[in-house]
Amino acid sequence: MFKHILKRLSLLIPTIFGVVTLVFFMIALAPGDPARVMLGERANAEQIEQLRAELGLDKPLIQQYGLYLSRIVRLDLGKSITSGQKIASEIKERFPATIELAIWAMLFATVLGVLLGVTSAIRRNTWVDYTTMGGALVGVSMPVFWLGLVLIMIFSVWLDLLPTGGRMNIRYFFEPITNFYVIDGIIMWFKEGTPKFLVSALRHLILPTIALGTIPLAIIARTTRSSMLEVLQQDYIKTARSAGIKERRVIYRYALRNALLPVITVIGLQFGLLLSGAILTETVFSWPGIGKWIYVAIGARDYPAVQGGIIFISIFFVLINLVVDILYSVVNPKIRLQ
Amino acid sequence: MNQHEKETLLSIEDLNFSFTTQRGIVRAVRDLSINIKKGETLTLVGESGCGKSVTAHAINQLNPMPPGHVDSGKIVFNGTDLLTLKKSEIEALRGTQISMIFQEPMTALNPVFTVGSQIADVFLTHQDMTKQEAMEKAVELFRLVKIPAPERRVHSYPHQLSGGMRQRAMIAMALASPNPGLMIADEPTTALDVTIQAQILDLLQDLKQHIEMSILLITHDMGVVAEMADRVVVMYAGRKVEEADADSIFHNPHHPYTLGLLNSLPSNKKYKGARRLEAIDGTVPDLLTIGEGCPFANRCVYQTGECSRSFPKETIISESHSVWCHNYQAVKTENRQ
Ligand SMILES: Nc1ncnc2c1ncn2[C@@H]1O[C@H](COP(=O)(O)OP(=O)(O)OP(=O)(O)O)[C@@H](O)[C@H]1O
Ligand SMILES: [Mg+2]
Repeated sequence: MFKHILKRLSLLIPTIFGVVTLVFFMIALAPGDPARVMLGERANAEQIEQLRAELGLDKPLIQQYGLYLSRIVRLDLGKSITSGQKIASEIKERFPATIELAIWAMLFATVLGVLLGVTSAIRRNTWVDYTTMGGALVGVSMPVFWLGLVLIMIFSVWLDLLPTGGRMNIRYFFEPITNFYVIDGIIMWFKEGTPKFLVSALRHLILPTIALGTIPLAIIARTTRSSMLEVLQQDYIKTARSAGIKERRVIYRYALRNALLPVITVIGLQFGLLLSGAILTETVFSWPGIGKWIYVAIGARDYPAVQGGIIFISIFFVLINLVVDILYSVVNPKIRLQ
Repeated sequence: MNQHEKETLLSIEDLNFSFTTQRGIVRAVRDLSINIKKGETLTLVGESGCGKSVTAHAINQLNPMPPGHVDSGKIVFNGTDLLTLKKSEIEALRGTQISMIFQEPMTALNPVFTVGSQIADVFLTHQDMTKQEAMEKAVELFRLVKIPAPERRVHSYPHQLSGGMRQRAMIAMALASPNPGLMIADEPTTALDVTIQAQILDLLQDLKQHIEMSILLITHDMGVVAEMADRVVVMYAGRKVEEADADSIFHNPHHPYTLGLLNSLPSNKKYKGARRLEAIDGTVPDLLTIGEGCPFANRCVYQTGECSRSFPKETIISESHSVWCHNYQAVKTENRQ
C-alpha cells in the first residue's frame, strides 16, 4: 500500500503544476484588459499603462508566467487589488467557513445518500424505490442557487424557522477561535456555559447544507443503489446467506462494504465539485467563505484574487482526491495488499 | 451398512418450482421427490440447466423469490416441512444444520474480508463465543480441511489463496456449525483442475468419516459420482428420470439418458443406444415450452409415440432402483451385457 500511496504522491506535483498553469493561461488569455476594466471607462491611457506596469502586464506572456510560477513556488499568491490584503491571508481567513459548510454538506449527502441508495436497492421496483430515484433525478437537475432561494423563501420567509444567511446570530457577541463555528460553539459552551452559540451556528448551517448537499446526495444515492444491486447478485452474498448470517448483516456488512468501493470514488469527486457549488450557495446565503469571496472578486475584476482563489480550490480538489484514493485502498484489500 | 435401517434426514416430496420471467413461466423443477438418509451421500446428476441448483437452493430457500416460487410440494427436514417455516427460522437452520458449498471458489468468498473472519462470523452468528474464540475455531477448521499454515492463512484475503485453497476454505466455512446435518455441495470441484478436484473429494470423504453428516452432492460429472455416491438421482430438464444405488447406476442403467451420461466417461463406450446422444443437435428442451411428455423424447433413440404424450410412471427395477421411461425394456434388451 505504501508503494501505492507513494506513487500517488509523486503524481501530485505534476498535477498541481498543470492546474496552476491552466489557471494562469485561462485568466491571461481571457478577453479584456484587466487594467482597463479595473480603472473603468474614464481612465486615460497613461493611468492604464501605469497599472499594467504595476501588475506586470506589460511584460511578454512567457515572462509573466515565469514570474507567476516563481511566486507560487514561494506560496505567494499576490495581493488583492480591491482590498490590498495578501490573498493568502484572505483565503486563510475565509477557508474555515467554506470547509465547515462543505463538510456538513458532504456528511449530509453521504449518510443520507448511502441509506437511500441501499433502501432503494433492497426494495427494488417498489414505490420506495421509485420515489427515491424520482427524487434523486429531480435533485441532480435542480440549480443550486434556485434551490437555495426556494429554501430561504419557505423556511425563513414563510415559516420563519431558520435564518436567511450568515453564520451566527449577529446580535451575539462572538469572537471566533478556530473559525469553525460548530467547534467554536462547543468551546464557548464549555467556557461560558451556554449552548446558544452552538445552536445558532447549527441553525445557520441547515439550509446551506441542504442546498449544497442535494446534488451530491442524489448522485450518491443513485450510485449506491446500482452498486448495491450488482453486489447483491454476487455469489458471496449467497454464501453468507447459506451460512445463516442475518439478512441485515448480509446487507450492511457483506454487501455494503463491497458496494461502497465505487461510491467512495464518487464521494471524492462530488466533494471537489461541491467547492464550485459553494460559490453559488455562499452567495445566496451570504456565507462568508471562499466561494462568496471569489464571486465578489469576479464582479470587481480582482484578477489576482480570482486566480488565487481558483488555484487554491483546485489544489484542494486534487488533495481530496488523493485522500479518497488512499481511503479506497484501505477499504479494498486487493489494492492495499499489493 | 444397510440403508434401510437409517433414518430419513431430508425428503423432498413432489416439488414443483418455477420462475416467472418476462418470456413466461420457467418450470425448473417438476414433480421431484428425493430422499436423503442420515450419513448418506446422494448425488444429483444431470447436464447444465436441468434444475440441480434450483433443487438444492429450494432446500434452504436461497432461490431468488420472486421471480422463483414453489408451486407445490413439501421439503421435510428432520420431520419439519421447511416450506412452512418463517424467514428467521430458515435463517437459523442455515449454517447450523444445513450448510452449503458452492461451485465457484473464485467468487463465493467475500473479497473484502479475510477468510478467517468470514468463518469466525458464522460461529459468532450461531454460537455464544468471543471473537478470539471464533478465530481460534476457524484455525482449527483450516487444520481440519488441511490448509497448510492455518494460523497464517486465516488472515488471508480470498484473492491471496489458490482456487483449491479457497474451496477448502469454503468447506471449512460449511463446517462451522455445531452439528452439520446436511451439507449441500453444488458442484464443489467443477472449477478446479483434476488433481485438486481429487484432493477435495478425498477431503469430503474423509470428513464424512469424522462427522456424521449427509451430503447432497451436485455434479454433472459421472467420475465424481463414481467416487462419492451412495445413491444417485439422474435429472433431466427438471424431472427425475432414474434413481438407484451407485452400483446399479453404473452397471445396470435403465434410462437412455443415464446411458448417455455414462458414455461420456472417457473410459466408457459400452452403451449402444447412447452413442447417438452426442450426435443429436438441440440439447435440453426449452423449459418455457416444455410439454407434458418425456422431456428427453426429442433426443432419444428409443422414443415411441407415447413418449411425447405423457411422462412415464415410476417403474421399480429393484428395491433400490427406479426408472421413469416408457421403453426401459427395449433399452435393457439392447444393452444386455
Ligand atoms: N433466477 C432465475 N430466473 C429465471 N430462471 C432461472 C433462475 N434461476 C434458474 N433458472 C432456470 O432454471 C433452470 C435450472 O437452473 P439450475 O441453475 O438449477 O441448473 P443446474 O442444473 O444447476 O445447471 P448448472 O450445471 O449449469 O449449474 C434453468 O433453465 C435456468 O434458466
Ligand atoms: Mg448449478
